[in-house]
Amino acid sequence: MAMKRLIADGHVPIASYYKDETQTQWLVKEKLWLGLTPKQYFTQFFRNPFNWILIAIYSVGIPVTVGRFLFGLGWVTHSSYDYPWGLFLGWGLFVMVPLSASGFMLGTTVEVFGRKDFKPIERLALLNGLLGYFFAVIFLQVDLGQPWRLIYPMFVSLGPAAVLFLVAWHVATYLSVQVAELVPALAEWLNWPSAKKYIKSMVLGLTIAGIILSTLHQGALGALFTYAPGKVHPLWYSSPFQWFHFFCSSIFAGLSMLIVVSTLCKKFMSWRCDRNFLDNLDRQTLGLAKGCALALITYFIIKILAVAHDNDWKYLFTDWGLWFTFEIVAGTIVPLVLYTMAVRNQNASLARFSAFIAVMGIALNRLNTALITFNWQLYQEIPHWRELVIVFTVYATYIVTYRFILYRLPILYTWKGDK
Amino acid sequence: MKKMNRRSLLKGGLAGGVIGALGLGKKAEAAGTFEGYPDRMGVLVDLTRCIGCRSCEAACNKEQKLPAPDKPFDDFSVFDEIHLGQKRRPTEKAYTIVNRYDVEGQDKPVYRKIQCNHCNEPACLSSCFVNAYTKTPEGAVMYDPKVCVGCRTCMIACPFYVPAYSYSSVLNPVVKKCIMCYDTRLKFGRRPACAEACPRETLTFGKREDLIYYARQRIKLNPGKYVNHIYGEKEVGGTSWLYLSGVPFEEVGFDTHLGNQPILNYVKEFLTIVPMVLTIWPALFAGFHLLATRKENKNKESESQK
Repeated sequence: MAMKRLIADGHVPIASYYKDETQTQWLVKEKLWLGLTPKQYFTQFFRNPFNWILIAIYSVGIPVTVGRFLFGLGWVTHSSYDYPWGLFLGWGLFVMVPLSASGFMLGTTVEVFGRKDFKPIERLALLNGLLGYFFAVIFLQVDLGQPWRLIYPMFVSLGPAAVLFLVAWHVATYLSVQVAELVPALAEWLNWPSAKKYIKSMVLGLTIAGIILSTLHQGALGALFTYAPGKVHPLWYSSPFQWFHFFCSSIFAGLSMLIVVSTLCKKFMSWRCDRNFLDNLDRQTLGLAKGCALALITYFIIKILAVAHDNDWKYLFTDWGLWFTFEIVAGTIVPLVLYTMAVRNQNASLARFSAFIAVMGIALNRLNTALITFNWQLYQEIPHWRELVIVFTVYATYIVTYRFILYRLPILYTWKGDK
Repeated sequence: MKKMNRRSLLKGGLAGGVIGALGLGKKAEAAGTFEGYPDRMGVLVDLTRCIGCRSCEAACNKEQKLPAPDKPFDDFSVFDEIHLGQKRRPTEKAYTIVNRYDVEGQDKPVYRKIQCNHCNEPACLSSCFVNAYTKTPEGAVMYDPKVCVGCRTCMIACPFYVPAYSYSSVLNPVVKKCIMCYDTRLKFGRRPACAEACPRETLTFGKREDLIYYARQRIKLNPGKYVNHIYGEKEVGGTSWLYLSGVPFEEVGFDTHLGNQPILNYVKEFLTIVPMVLTIWPALFAGFHLLATRKENKNKESESQK
């Protein structure tokens, strides 16, 4: 909003190496300040109402987050032995990771299937993937009892038969793949043409590595719950299908999240988007909606198939069954119908609305599996308020980082003067 | 352009291959049937003998040098404690606890001791990504706090809700659970402290194989006294701690729906697909790429020929 006013006053957002009139190059420092003077920068910063919300979150959140590392997990959680995983993993790992599947989905579409018509949104998809994974690791670091031992499964003491071992290795490898995939954007911004060329030469290899790693770790997150056959409610548990449920739902989760993020960018950051991005957005949104609809129908079928395979019909008519039906209807059938209607009628706004519902649906599914139906035969764990505060704080930091990069790197716009 | 394509394809294949090699190792370890150490020890708990004196709790506390309990061991009001609808469970301060159950049709209450059951194929062990758990030939399931990262997957995986975690510790939170007194006793062939302390011979220490034999004998020689089931003989692949009861097991807090498969078997369905994805995906998607872009390549070729 505030940026819009500056632009109305004649400020041109940086999109090339050179300052327009003089042909002198922008300095990195100037680029970091968005080409504004510090005074202008802070004026626009404080004019943006969203920043005041962030300041409010941080003023409570930073002390609590620091407290977690000073006083231990016992200070911020209920220290439950029965619910060893709370919101940090329930939200931070199990919800964040499927919502970040956009990177490999669009990478596959553009680089492997050669659908260059999705190029304008590819970088946003890659960034959404990279940041989602990165912050999933941050959430993990908040949750681990001894975060400084994060590399132990890699180099110190290996337990290769464990599902989490696969998750750890794949997320680590995939993070580096995603960094590499985004190097071209950084290379343009920093004027490093050789780095861009180098990545371009192996983009297909990187993308295929991304598909493999994503298939397996998205599935592995589901497979983690196969360790708890009696604890997750049977309607949310299926030993042979669990990994496939998680993998298949990550497809529409990632694509829907991409639609949501691109909608937010269009609405709140249009000054940073170029015509190439904005003019192609409706068409691409509908293309993504089509993909979502296909993934959703597949997901719906395998969900029902799993109930039939495990013969869980009897649970459908219990209270948990009602909750399950609600999740399936609100989180799968409704977005499926809305997406289909959106594609039929070429209605991008409807696709956007549907994406929002699909994202909520997938979040509900993951929280149901990890927290709500977990220990269904015991009692319901309600997370400690400090746990919630930390989740908000880390998520706010995710948004801040996201915005910081979108403001600067050529994600939503094309860098000019680059061959 | 064509040359470039081949090169990038090769790189893709190589990346897949390297990851494939890693993944295949995974599969090899997951497969194979673990028969169990032949001479592993165990303890047979006879619930009909237990009088709820909590001597075993006290002995465990002393042996494992655990912090002083909130209530002394001769305070029997702990049996009335209900926390979040649950009776007591093992904690970071108590590796074993005894609960009291008032079962209908029984004139006396039934007591049940809980501790780590030391599974034949422990779920904690198979779920641990830093290999912190070991099943020793003597039967104990050991935990190495020096490598534990604190992900707490073992607590998710344990079907008996046994491992506790010292959440309150800032710098060194670790899993806390019964280790069958391995370091101080089992290693030297001596019975665990709780078994030694029991005044009623509720806890019989011996080779697991022999214990199953004794348990069968007891059931046979005392018709009507016991339920005809040894809990732990087969549950989740069998455990080193075995239970005999005079009342149905589900009435004294046992989970009787765990099944006889080790927990790892439920995970194997996923582990099997890992090497397949790793090896088939690269070729499959490289093929898709060639198919999807063949028109584009043809155009380019014909252009360069002109």
